[in-house]
Amino acid sequence: MNIVKAPYVIRTSGLGSCVGVVVFDQLQQIAGLAHIMLPDSSLAKNGSLSAAKYADTAVYDLVSRLVKQGARKTALKAKIAGGAQMFQFTSGSELMRIGPRNVEAVKKHLLSLRIEIVGEDVGGSSGRTIEFDPKTSILAIKTVNKGITYL
Amino acid sequence: MNFIDKISSTHLDILKEIGNIGAGHAATALSIILNKKIEMRVPNVRIVTFDEMIEMAGGAENVVASVYLRIEGDAPSHMFFVLPLEQTNKYIQQMTGENVSFETLSYDDLALSALKELGNILAGSYLTSLSDFTRLHLYPSVPATSIDMVGAIISYGFIELSQFSDYVIVIDTALNETNVETVEQVDGHFFLLPDPHSFEIIFQALGVTLDE
Repeated sequence: MNIVKAPYVIRTSGLGSCVGVVVFDQLQQIAGLAHIMLPDSSLAKNGSLSAAKYADTAVYDLVSRLVKQGARKTALKAKIAGGAQMFQFTSGSELMRIGPRNVEAVKKHLLSLRIEIVGEDVGGSSGRTIEFDPKTSILAIKTVNKGITYL
Repeated sequence: MNFIDKISSTHLDILKEIGNIGAGHAATALSIILNKKIEMRVPNVRIVTFDEMIEMAGGAENVVASVYLRIEGDAPSHMFFVLPLEQTNKYIQQMTGENVSFETLSYDDLALSALKELGNILAGSYLTSLSDFTRLHLYPSVPATSIDMVGAIISYGFIELSQFSDYVIVIDTALNETNVETVEQVDGHFFLLPDPHSFEIIFQALGVTLDE
């Protein structure tokens, strides 16, 4: 999890079933990025784990860190990408569906904080590398098959 | 206490031997399929963070061909066979007699199916020897393939693990084609990622306990 201000950009590489959540304040040109691995921190089997990888804890942490650094809570918007299913199995446990579950969880927690999702590129079966520029609020998404798209 | 804290150098040596035996058989199988000399590196067993593991596989954005198998049975694990695209083209061409280029995505179902089969045979021989050695029952799933960024692929193996730990124990065996000009080039990797509970079972099967 990291926070940047313009002119710096923030990126994360090789998102598979993980979800990249960018929360930003366009006017203040500040943005934070969290890399979500699992939908819920109650899945943790060990107390002392990093909060940054669970949708529920990471989204709240991200927002409070942004606000601390000068972002206005009511102006926050989000863009999300990732949550792919890299391997297709006909049968599988709930954990195999982790991509879609991560996406659902991220959306739920953003909604509960009243943060509007203004762009999303989720699901599918391709890995993604994403880069966000707080100056323009554009999220660039690179995949192996489709090249670069902008949100 | 976290299970990873209990792992000693003896345990790591045992895991190394597993990589040795498993990948040794797989290298032989690959060598027979391709009618080429294939060399195996000394297995690398490391306790690393998720990010470090992805670096071991060439960095998150490195595009590779991969075959993934879920291993069920006594010691559930994830297994990945990862090949650079150049090598994949060569191997699949040799198997199917067709021109394929995974870089430009010009491949057909036959090529994908050949890749799956290649992964199946290699993982099968890895597992059979591992099974014989430990006397554990291990059953591979149907192989799944993906040609994509290695970070996106490997992180699939972290899902269960990440509920327990921020670290992963990886048994990595690299394969090389024996070739005078390019001896240093690593051609493929086997990554075996046992589930957290599987370590104790593997060690017990070999007469070592986790609490020493």
